[in-house]
Amino acid sequence: MAVWLIPLIVAAVIGIGLYKNVNIYETLTDGAKEGMYMWIAIVPHLVIMMAAVAVFRASGAAAELASWMAPFLSLFGIPADVVPLALIRPISGSATLAMLDQLMQEHGADSYIAKLAAIMQGSTDTTLYVLAVYFGAAGIKKTGDALKIGLLADAAAFFFAIIAASWLL
Amino acid sequence: MVSAAFAFLMLSGFLFAAVNGTMADVNEALFQSMEQSIELALSLAGILLFWTGVMKTAEGAGIVKALANTVQPLLGRLFPEIPDGHPVFGYIASNMAANFFGLGNAATPIGLKTMRELKKLNGDQDTASRSMVTFLALNTAAVTLIPTTVIAISLKHGASNPTDIILPALFATVMSAFFAILLDRYYAHKRIR
Repeated sequence: MAVWLIPLIVAAVIGIGLYKNVNIYETLTDGAKEGMYMWIAIVPHLVIMMAAVAVFRASGAAAELASWMAPFLSLFGIPADVVPLALIRPISGSATLAMLDQLMQEHGADSYIAKLAAIMQGSTDTTLYVLAVYFGAAGIKKTGDALKIGLLADAAAFFFAIIAASWLL
Repeated sequence: MVSAAFAFLMLSGFLFAAVNGTMADVNEALFQSMEQSIELALSLAGILLFWTGVMKTAEGAGIVKALANTVQPLLGRLFPEIPDGHPVFGYIASNMAANFFGLGNAATPIGLKTMRELKKLNGDQDTASRSMVTFLALNTAAVTLIPTTVIAISLKHGASNPTDIILPALFATVMSAFFAILLDRYYAHKRIR
C-alpha cells in the first residue's frame, strides 16, 4: 500500500500547489533548507544518546538488570525471556529487533513468547530516541514530564500486550 | 530528567564494566556507536530535507490549513493551548496519519516540523510547552495500524499466521496512547496547581 501512498501524497501536494499558483520549486527547496537546520540540531543528540546506550548494553549492565528484575516482573505475567526486550525497548529499537529475531529463533515464531515479544515490539516506540530527536530538532532544553510519561506509557503498552497476547493462546 | 537518564546509562555501564571486566567491550561499543550514530544521521538527512520541503509546499498550497480545520474539533480538546484553526493542527494530523499508516519515513520529518511550529507558538522558549509534551506522548506511544517490521521478522521465522498479532498490537498501542494522554493531563494539572 505504501508503494502507492507516498507518490499519491507527493503528487497531490504538487498538483494542488500548481493549481494555487504556488512557486513549488521554491517552497520545496526552502522547506528542505529548514529541514537541514533541523538535521544539524539533531545530530549531537543522536551521537551522545547512542553512546550512552552502547555503553549500557556492552558493559552487560542491561542484561544484569534484566535478570535482577525478572523474578519481580514474572509476578505480572512477563516471562523471563522477554524481560530484556522490555527493558531495552525504550532506549534502542535496533537492539530489540535483534532480540525479537533471537527469541523467534529459539522458541519458534508460533510460540507464546515470540507472539508476546512481537506484540510488545509492535505496540511501542523507542521513547528515548523519539524524545532526543523531536526535542533536539526544536532546541528544547527543559523537557518537563515528557520522559516520565513516555516510559510509563511503554510500561502500560507491555501490560496491555500481555492481556492481548493471551487472546492468541 | 534526560540528563539523569543519560548519566544512569553511562555511569552504571562503566561501573558494571569495571566490576565485571567488560571494559574492552565497552570501549569497542563506544567507538562503534559514534560511527553508527553518524550513519543513522546521514540516512535520515535526505528524508528529512525532502519531507520538510513537501510540507512547506503543502502549507503554501493551503493543504495544511484545510487539514487543520478538519481535525480541529477532534484535536482541539487534546491541545487546549493552540488557538482555534491554527495550521499546526494540520501538521499534528499529518504526523499522526503518517504514523498510523506506517509511513515512519514521513512521520518523523513532519513530527520535527510540528515541534518547531509548537515552539514558535510558545514564544520560542527552550522549555517544552504542554502541547509539546502531549504531542511527544502521542509519538512515543507509536499508534500504528500494521507493525510491518515485526511481521517481516515473523515471516522470516516461518510463523503460520504472522498477521495474527495486528489486532493485539493495535489494542496495546491504542490503550497505551490513552494512558499517555491521561498521564499528560494529570501532570499538566499538577503543574498548574
